[in-house]
Amino acid sequence: MQVKNRMQLSFPSLSQNESFARQAVAAFALQVGDWTLVELDEIMTAVSEAVTNAIIHAYDDEIGEVRIHASILQGDGIEIVVEDDGIGIEDVAQAMEPMFTTKSQQERTGMGFSFMESFMHELTVTSAPQQGTSVRMVKWLTTRPDTQV
Amino acid sequence: MLQKKESGTCYENNRTEGNKLLGGSRLQIELETRHRTLVVRLTGELDHHTADSLRTAIEDELDRDVATSVLLNLQGLTFMDSSGLGVILGRYRRLSQMDGRMAACCLNQQVKRIFELSGLTRIMGIYPTEQLALEQL
Repeated sequence: MQVKNRMQLSFPSLSQNESFARQAVAAFALQVGDWTLVELDEIMTAVSEAVTNAIIHAYDDEIGEVRIHASILQGDGIEIVVEDDGIGIEDVAQAMEPMFTTKSQQERTGMGFSFMESFMHELTVTSAPQQGTSVRMVKWLTTRPDTQV
Repeated sequence: MLQKKESGTCYENNRTEGNKLLGGSRLQIELETRHRTLVVRLTGELDHHTADSLRTAIEDELDRDVATSVLLNLQGLTFMDSSGLGVILGRYRRLSQMDGRMAACCLNQQVKRIFELSGLTRIMGIYPTEQLALEQL
């Protein structure tokens, strides 16, 4: 995949950075082209879920580093990678099951990965215990009927 | 930010419409008790960072044993993710246990999508206006 432009963000796992992170990625995504508001909302929600997972699950009560790498792809798409150096996930497949959560007592719904999967075209989660987690998501600008020749 | 209003106060005359909230993750919570319904009007973004303030605000009101139902007016809510969903589901469960009811109104497209994907629209009344919702509760 050819990359036309890229950016990186790095910030401590503080909850006040969740809004900043999703808005920064959405602003960068505008370089891809003419997203609909719904598509931009989808990107923001997916980023918010991935960043919140890093804050809540990867670092729990401790403060660690969250990194976002975003790339504008040839062919009108955006790749977003959200990484942390936290505790990692032992069973990624189980973690991605809808409604699965290890923190139900904190009113976590277990819907985070479901939203990422629903709102983005590609989702890959790479993780191992004590080796952090990397969430890679890709969204393509879908062809609008009114722009077809 | 929490604004509490006395019962019967005219919401329309006191809205913050037109006031843009600075700082994307801020959530403004406005509470009003109408008869036995707690009306919760949200402006801003409901995510993990702001979820606790909403949880506390509603729990404190329910602890007073005045309201038996809750109406969420989400007209001013510009963003919600699964953390917001968790707070709403948690309050829904509490109300169900006390035979209370919960409804929501005035959802924008993003929030409506989250409600639909999570199945909230199947268990909770969703209304286009606050008045219509209050009539049903």
